[in-house]
Amino acid sequence: MKLVFERSRPGRRAADLPRPEGLAAPEIPSELRRSQPPRLPELPEVELVRHFTELTTRNFGIDTGFYPLGSCTMKYNPRVNERVAALPGFRDLHPHQDEEGSQGALELMHELQEMLAEITGLDAVSLQPAAGSQGELTGLMLMRAYFADRGEDERRRKVVVADTAHGTNPASVTMAGYELVKVDTDARGNIDLDDLRAKVDDETAGLMLTNPSTLGLFDEHIEEIARIYHKNGGLLYYDGANLNAVCGISRPGDMGFDIVHINLHKTFSQPHGGGGPGGGPIAVRRQLEPYLPVPAVVPDGNRFRLDYDRPKSIGKVRAFTGPFGVFVRSYAFMLAWGRELRTMSEDAVLNANYLLARLKDAYDLPYDRLCMHEFVLSARTLKREHGITALDVAKRLMDYGFHPPTIYFPLVVPEALMIEPTETETKETLDEFADAMLAIAREAAEEPEVLKTAPHNRPVKRLDEVKAAKRAVVRYRFEEHPDLAQEPTAGVGAEAPKGV
Amino acid sequence: MAAEESYPDELRYHREHDWARIEDGEAVLGITWYAQDALGELVHYEPPEEGATVTKDSAYGEVESVKAVSDVISPLSGEVIEVNQAVVDAPEKVNEDPYGDGWLVRIRLTDPSETDQLLTVEAYQELLSNQ
Amino acid sequence: MTYVSLTDADRTEMLETIGVASIDELFRDLPAGVRLGRALDLGDPLSEQEIVERLEDLAGRNTPAGEETSFLGAGVYDHYVTAIVDAILERGEFLTAYTPYQPEMSQGVLQALFEYQTVICELTGMDVSNASGYDGTTVAADACYIAKHATGRAKVVLAESLNPQVRQVVRTYAPGFGLEVVDVPHREGVTDPEELRAAAEDAACVIFQQPNFFGCLEPAPDLAAAANDAGALAVAHVDPLSLGVLEAPGAYGCAIAIGEGQGAGNALSFGGPHYGFVAAREEFTRRMPGRIIGETTDVDGRRGYVLTLQTREQHIRREKATSNITTNQTLLALGGLIQLCWLGPQGLRELGETCMALAERAKERVGLPLVFPDRTTFKEFAIRVGRPAVEVIREARKQGVHPGYPLGRDYEGMDDALLVAVTERRSLDDIEALAEVLAA
Repeated sequence: MKLVFERSRPGRRAADLPRPEGLAAPEIPSELRRSQPPRLPELPEVELVRHFTELTTRNFGIDTGFYPLGSCTMKYNPRVNERVAALPGFRDLHPHQDEEGSQGALELMHELQEMLAEITGLDAVSLQPAAGSQGELTGLMLMRAYFADRGEDERRRKVVVADTAHGTNPASVTMAGYELVKVDTDARGNIDLDDLRAKVDDETAGLMLTNPSTLGLFDEHIEEIARIYHKNGGLLYYDGANLNAVCGISRPGDMGFDIVHINLHKTFSQPHGGGGPGGGPIAVRRQLEPYLPVPAVVPDGNRFRLDYDRPKSIGKVRAFTGPFGVFVRSYAFMLAWGRELRTMSEDAVLNANYLLARLKDAYDLPYDRLCMHEFVLSARTLKREHGITALDVAKRLMDYGFHPPTIYFPLVVPEALMIEPTETETKETLDEFADAMLAIAREAAEEPEVLKTAPHNRPVKRLDEVKAAKRAVVRYRFEEHPDLAQEPTAGVGAEAPKGV
Repeated sequence: MAAEESYPDELRYHREHDWARIEDGEAVLGITWYAQDALGELVHYEPPEEGATVTKDSAYGEVESVKAVSDVISPLSGEVIEVNQAVVDAPEKVNEDPYGDGWLVRIRLTDPSETDQLLTVEAYQELLSNQ
Repeated sequence: MTYVSLTDADRTEMLETIGVASIDELFRDLPAGVRLGRALDLGDPLSEQEIVERLEDLAGRNTPAGEETSFLGAGVYDHYVTAIVDAILERGEFLTAYTPYQPEMSQGVLQALFEYQTVICELTGMDVSNASGYDGTTVAADACYIAKHATGRAKVVLAESLNPQVRQVVRTYAPGFGLEVVDVPHREGVTDPEELRAAAEDAACVIFQQPNFFGCLEPAPDLAAAANDAGALAVAHVDPLSLGVLEAPGAYGCAIAIGEGQGAGNALSFGGPHYGFVAAREEFTRRMPGRIIGETTDVDGRRGYVLTLQTREQHIRREKATSNITTNQTLLALGGLIQLCWLGPQGLRELGETCMALAERAKERVGLPLVFPDRTTFKEFAIRVGRPAVEVIREARKQGVHPGYPLGRDYEGMDDALLVAVTERRSLDDIEALAEVLAA
């Protein structure tokens, strides 16, 4: 398929701009003036639309099919949310608009804050962070400010992170200027308490934990973990990536966590958009409220205002009040559920356990427990006996019309396949997926070549990632025009049988 | 094409999967077949500067495949006198010939007695069988 | 309930397959002490219709651009967004897709982001761009992190004429990065290269904005030279819509170019979501934060696209990553790509010229003293209104005109200063209306 630059022809254009009569632009000093025009493509509108439409046909979304990526919570993104986010009163509202002209937006934000406080069991919320990672960093900055206020920041330099943690946790620890300490997971999938006790001392600021963990398992000792930390004067941080498992059933605040980030693009249905946007609001216990980013959205009689008078605030992590368009969608999603939100988590956990029950005999199961909203299998035996890896399984699933699950994460499980169906799927879809996974396990024994050469039915076959890393080509090179006539056309290979 | 699995007799080994060829007060260092196999095809080598100090059991550089990054651990202490630029330009040489063309650095030893602590090929192969 | 698909019959069958008696039993690993034990204190579930009614009610209590004649700018701008952007971004294959970790499922997003990276490089004159940052403020923190590791120095210098929110975000990130932050004051609305040079001694980088927060054109090549003389990286924070008429940072000695992309292809949306961009010279490729798309071939020799240089990122390098960023602003960046392709090089130049021409017209018609009279400006300019700007704004809004941003919020001695933004969406009649309310 051509790049947009390869469809460009000199003199073509799409945009037709209004040019007010009789106006001249002032002269720009020559040293500041553009010398070479940027090589943006020149296309008429129909070509532009065809190009981008063709690109969408080469992509797979939740709207296309089942997308069981573990820890991503790929649930249905309700279409009504798009409609309400596009209302002119939200969409065309300037962030510097006076408070008087943005009362609807401020009220929405305040209500969303209250809902998140109730769901997490904590006291105060900031919606400002742009994504989960930024929420993590903000939470760690809050920790530093809290301890600095108590004269303990110099001493408390360490943050403990589980070995099963998302890579964002250790990366955020470094960016916040803390030292990383790792704690092990035991054979049952819980934090190893003995290892934890050995690693917590008066130099520890806090612990970052996801519960349920990335193994999809609820830590049975969470209350003891909280006791160990609080006795030591430390704080507990909850990575909200897996919140979909416990809404309305257990609240991170009640588990003992002091700071929580929520992923609006996971639990609360903000569409992933091919990589973003997201929203990473944080909820905190009362004693951490003074340090939250500015401005805060506060009630003022029967109105709302932005409060900038926060002398202990860590400052700002993002412009304005955060990704407002994301708030509109999540708010609409929460209105749809209301107090029935528990059903969302119950069905998420039910769907995951059902798939686990159907698959655990055909694949290796590292932890023999009921799972929460996701579970981890291993292709270890397939690899040992047939040379088939988790990667091969993932590529072959594409031929069956599914997006693969997460592979090679968490790191503690070799040949990991992390599967999260979410609550929005039908039992039929789950059965089709399970049938495909079972068929692939059989193919591993009987026709491994089909797996090794998968996928066969996508616009491209397996891509050379080594070449892409060795000699990184990260932009179109206008000087080199590849002869696209030489490219092989996409073929139809070994089609996976349906309804096995 | 990756090399066949081998662990030459005349080299000494370190538990972090590095080897050393001792030559008269100097040593040539690299990573073993096991290490390059675990990483996959290398796409990048981040070497130390010439003249840099390396310390036994500490990292002196990094190697990367598409999916992983690994510190390269020095089995011995010394000063870097040569970096293998050919590997910087074509990291896959480490996969093709981990003990020959795929060498990473040459150092002048600051404490030759450290060589006594290195593993023989038999000891290293035993360590591998317990992995 | 609409967003789940199981029937009670399904649930019964599934529980049997699992081998438990009830859904409650699935949660048996949860200790009693952490169970909520009551319903959440939230409202009744609403139907789709009721949701729309509630949101329409809230939206109706805002005053968007469109319901008043607005000259608000100060970092976020009311530019025209082509209808093609929505038509493409609404498609579920883009809207509901995840990060393209499985490239064979995601060639659409991957190729589009490769095109976006190319467009950003073309606009800024740089060699490498990432696939977006959160917004125009956090990318400044990103640039500081790159500079810190590239130079080994622990200080960053910010021009005071750089957007105040950008500076505030850098200051929030700086302690964690171990960086000292120093401001260089503006002199009559621009930055003095000599002062910058002195401040940049032992700095990792210098960040200035072009056009700056006041709308004035900085002596950007001299500022970049001053940074380079001091051994600091020159970082330009630029308006993408100015780059059809203003020189690319890569052409005048900058190491890194950053900015807020919103004006190209995103709605105002009360401040977000938008997209930040980070572009740099080739030597900084391995220090870049965030995702980067690379070109390659498949086993049959077909051209294709993949995430590349992933070893920089958190999921591999973990505590040594170039950033913790994971979810970025892809969909918004794709909106930017579509908008910029729609404009094309001629359209982008014309747009810049139109904004400048309209702004000049507004200066003339309004006739109030300029705060910085001798400066060339792009699409914004600052005027003195003779009394507190916030009062002037309040009164003007009663007449349906929002005349601009009160600079006194961020700068000493500017309580009577108003920052007026004029985009191609403001007609000559709008400008007359502005002149009228300000004359009063």
